[in-house]
Amino acid sequence: MNRRDFIQKTVPLSFLPFFIGGYSIKAFGRSPFLESLISAATETNNVLVLIQLNGGNDGLNTVLPIDQYSNLSNARSNILIAENKILKLTNATGLHPAMTGMKKLYDSGKLSVVQSVGYPNPNFSHFRATDIWLTASDSNQYETSGWMGRYLSDQNEFPEYPTGYPNSVMPDPLAIQIGSVISSGLQGYSANMGMAITSPTNFYQFISNTVDPAPNTPAGHELTYIRQVAQQTNLFAGAIKNAATKATNKSTLYPVAPDNSLGDQLKIVARLIAGGLKTRIYIVSIGGFDTHSIQAVAGQTETGTHANLLRRLSSAIEAFQDDIKLLGAENRVLGMTFSEFGRRIKSNSSGGTDHGSAAPLFLFGKNVKSGILGSNPIISSSVSANDNVPMQYDFRSVYASVLKSWFGVPDAELQRVLFKNFQSLPIITSTNIATHEDVKPNRFELFQNYPNPFNPSTKIRFNSSGSNLTLKVYDMTGKEIQTIAEGNYPSGSHEVTFYANGLPSGIYYYRLQSGSYTEMKAMALVK
Amino acid sequence: MAEQIKNRSKVSPVDTSKDLVYKFANKSIPNVPRTSAGLEAYSGEWGNSQILHLLRRTTFSQRLEDISLLKTKTLKQSVDHLLTAQTLPTPPVKQIIGDDTELAIGDTWINAIYNYGINSGVINSYRKTSLRSWWVGLMLNESVNIREKMTLFWNNHFATELDEIDEPKSGYVLNNILRTNALGNFKALTKQITLTPAMLRYLNGYLNSATAPDENYARELQELFTLGKGPDSNYTEADIKAAARVLSGWRINNLTFPPTTFYDNTKHDKTNKQFSSFYNNTIIIGKNSSTAGEEELDDLLKMIFTQEEVSKHICRKLYRWFIYYVIDKNAEDNVITPLAKIFRDSNYEIKPVLNALFNSAHFFEFVNIGCVIKNPIDFMISSFKQYYVALPEQTNIAVVYDTWRYIYDLAGSMQLKMTDPPNVAGWPAFWQEPQYYELWINSDTFPKRAQFSDLLISTNGTTRGGFKLVIDTLILANKLTNPSNPNSLIQELVEYLYPISISTDQINFLKTNTLLSGQTSDVYWTDAWNAYKANPTNAATKKIVTDRLQMLLKYMMSGMSEYQLS
Repeated sequence: MNRRDFIQKTVPLSFLPFFIGGYSIKAFGRSPFLESLISAATETNNVLVLIQLNGGNDGLNTVLPIDQYSNLSNARSNILIAENKILKLTNATGLHPAMTGMKKLYDSGKLSVVQSVGYPNPNFSHFRATDIWLTASDSNQYETSGWMGRYLSDQNEFPEYPTGYPNSVMPDPLAIQIGSVISSGLQGYSANMGMAITSPTNFYQFISNTVDPAPNTPAGHELTYIRQVAQQTNLFAGAIKNAATKATNKSTLYPVAPDNSLGDQLKIVARLIAGGLKTRIYIVSIGGFDTHSIQAVAGQTETGTHANLLRRLSSAIEAFQDDIKLLGAENRVLGMTFSEFGRRIKSNSSGGTDHGSAAPLFLFGKNVKSGILGSNPIISSSVSANDNVPMQYDFRSVYASVLKSWFGVPDAELQRVLFKNFQSLPIITSTNIATHEDVKPNRFELFQNYPNPFNPSTKIRFNSSGSNLTLKVYDMTGKEIQTIAEGNYPSGSHEVTFYANGLPSGIYYYRLQSGSYTEMKAMALVK
Repeated sequence: MAEQIKNRSKVSPVDTSKDLVYKFANKSIPNVPRTSAGLEAYSGEWGNSQILHLLRRTTFSQRLEDISLLKTKTLKQSVDHLLTAQTLPTPPVKQIIGDDTELAIGDTWINAIYNYGINSGVINSYRKTSLRSWWVGLMLNESVNIREKMTLFWNNHFATELDEIDEPKSGYVLNNILRTNALGNFKALTKQITLTPAMLRYLNGYLNSATAPDENYARELQELFTLGKGPDSNYTEADIKAAARVLSGWRINNLTFPPTTFYDNTKHDKTNKQFSSFYNNTIIIGKNSSTAGEEELDDLLKMIFTQEEVSKHICRKLYRWFIYYVIDKNAEDNVITPLAKIFRDSNYEIKPVLNALFNSAHFFEFVNIGCVIKNPIDFMISSFKQYYVALPEQTNIAVVYDTWRYIYDLAGSMQLKMTDPPNVAGWPAFWQEPQYYELWINSDTFPKRAQFSDLLISTNGTTRGGFKLVIDTLILANKLTNPSNPNSLIQELVEYLYPISISTDQINFLKTNTLLSGQTSDVYWTDAWNAYKANPTNAATKKIVTDRLQMLLKYMMSGMSEYQLS
């Protein structure tokens, strides 16, 4: 029974205990507006924890394609992890040796790796790429609202927020950002849908009624007073304090502060979740992934800057997962990492990597479909400085899957939140709300093009199980070149021709997608 | 006009049981460091920090151009500049199509007739709104001058409530007296206020007669307007009664436009008035002529103004308006006492007092920087001016007045309703012990301040009459010295927007989480800024810097309490 049913079937409307904007609901009588408010939010207790890796994480040294090792060592010998140090997930794929915590999660079925997540026509600017990830826009589309903000302010969720909040339906913040100012990803259609706890210190001050120390001057005296009012008049101060007092962290695995700020942030998240906040989204972040130089120690590439970053990430996630299990909240928490881009395949001579495009992302939690989704990126034998890992999965497919499978968002809402339809991926196994719909067709298949190498045209054959599909060509930088097939192809075998007129020689990728199925192959244009 | 005779003091203490006094506000006068510096001339550094301190406290204008202007002057020249007399503004006009059919939009109503019988309440309401909006306009458009801040000071000192007077033309006359005399002679101002229709009506002076004396004005004249309630103010109840008799006989002629005051000798108490030993047993001789009322009033004011306490009371009020609310023994001995002497020695001219105060070492002492909590109108006006928020063309009167009214309304919702202090004592933030300024900030008003600044800096801002009011962050950023450097940009904004500095940690937090979007290298902001500057009309590069500047400034306004300080 959803909330609307509950209200209509069991409670006479005039006795509802809800208050909207300070007015008892019975004063309004029955109206469509009112019902849209009452029934606003989809019923869910599920929580999403987003971990933002600022700077652009080097995906190829995070999830290593062991089957590409010799080509990789041609491209990035000065930073590549020694093959025998890689933490193997499968024979073909492994994790950076600093990620022992996440390896344990993988082994216990709580980690999902999604390969080569990106978007067509990637942008290499931190700012623009971050904006694209947070707004879930196309590469050439400029949006003011964020994807989480649109979700939370959608007509099916909390469209009137913040007017009338907190209330008995939603007494808690819709989203909490820790460790930063409020994310533009939480900007809704008009209001920002989140609140920020700017630092762990800020949180502990919150629950102990203290504020930052101010100088012993009259200005400091007045400043302290205003800070106290500001803190206490936060709409959700009471709810947060209440939740924080109800739960204490139970895991002994948390890194000791202040070595790992991500761990400190996740510790707070665990406590608030276990304390009963109905908050749906938490955002935490860790910076420093912009590793242009000396990202690894020469000769000991499993150590150094990038290793330290991944160690912090991995140990913080391990501790958090342990904590929410001990706190009994494991079943309703899903975690996800993201970074604005990956890094270039070829390392630079400074011992680092420059801005790239697609990269793996992680989902973790008891209900993820553990394993590796997608195939290892294909590394060519002669990688040039500007070559990038091509995209296998659009990041908005990951968002769509999380919203749909984890938060039960209906298709029409998904369309509004993400502007168009994206394939749904099998990344979540079970959920309290929606049955996961695995739409992977049985008989899709993509074949190697012929001739290959080619000039100027080549034929690409594929099998369809009879549903909507797209077949697109990308260049080495990830830029979308051409759509060569799109639409509903009847069950059976099909062949299309790709004309490379006007394109320079080089490696191109073609990618077939239908529902959760994607497959990609490389082809060479030689003029 | 059936008004009851009121023989009461309108001053009542703030009800501390309500949330108006927030639970963290002072429980006693705070024991904070003060200074022994006095009125000796300030001789220290004259830089941005001192210039901004002077501008914040004395004007509504703290733009970068204002700082540059004062930089070309010495402190003494700057204070002279602030205190320069200005020409009087053109009066308020009809601003909205409505029932005020005698007038066209743009016509002034300050001496216009209206038919009392038809819609007088509605017309009054339009005109009151016009007056209040117009005053906001004067504050917004004022350059580097103290006049409007002093006009507001006198509105707080000689407090009346326009809604209670409910006669806009008299309200304008009163407001004009305050403005005209803002830097004039306090004794002359007191006499004009005593006899202006708005005050006669507000404190019932127009009902005061020999047979039915009304003590209301006689009391407040001494208790609030001149002597105050300091330790050396020892007038008696009998003195109030005697003063009330002196003040009897004044009436309002409502048939002139605006209404005028006249003296009705038949209503005047013609007997001698005996005062207490506090006033050296002065007797004001009762008179019987058409000029008796004014002559006796002159005698009364002369008697009151021989008391040193008058000068001290006004100097303390100026101190609490311009410096801080805590007046310790050092401040009393080294600032109030010598300042009061200057006041008396100049026969109650206001300008020499302000001149001495703003040139003093005391004014620029470190402990006196940043300790004022911006009052709501200061908060609103500075938010508009510091960001160069574009305002509608002056020719579009309806929209211009509506914009001004928006500011007036919001300041009112934050508990400063211009022209209408809550009672005759003025706004409690300037007199209510021990909370004082802290009364401006409570669980109702603080979120309103934050919501306002968040709205003004949102992408869509807010719209009045089709005109969009919004902070264009690029206007300010482009005026800064070195906006491509994120450290310098934030440092400059901190100095510009906050009266006190913030820690390096806080600056880095701001930089990393706003301008740098979580990145660790400054060059990414520099690149983004340079990309925008290379092609300022490109929407994409412009959006990248605008989004980040918005995040920064939004947080600096509503996320950091320093923004509330002056």
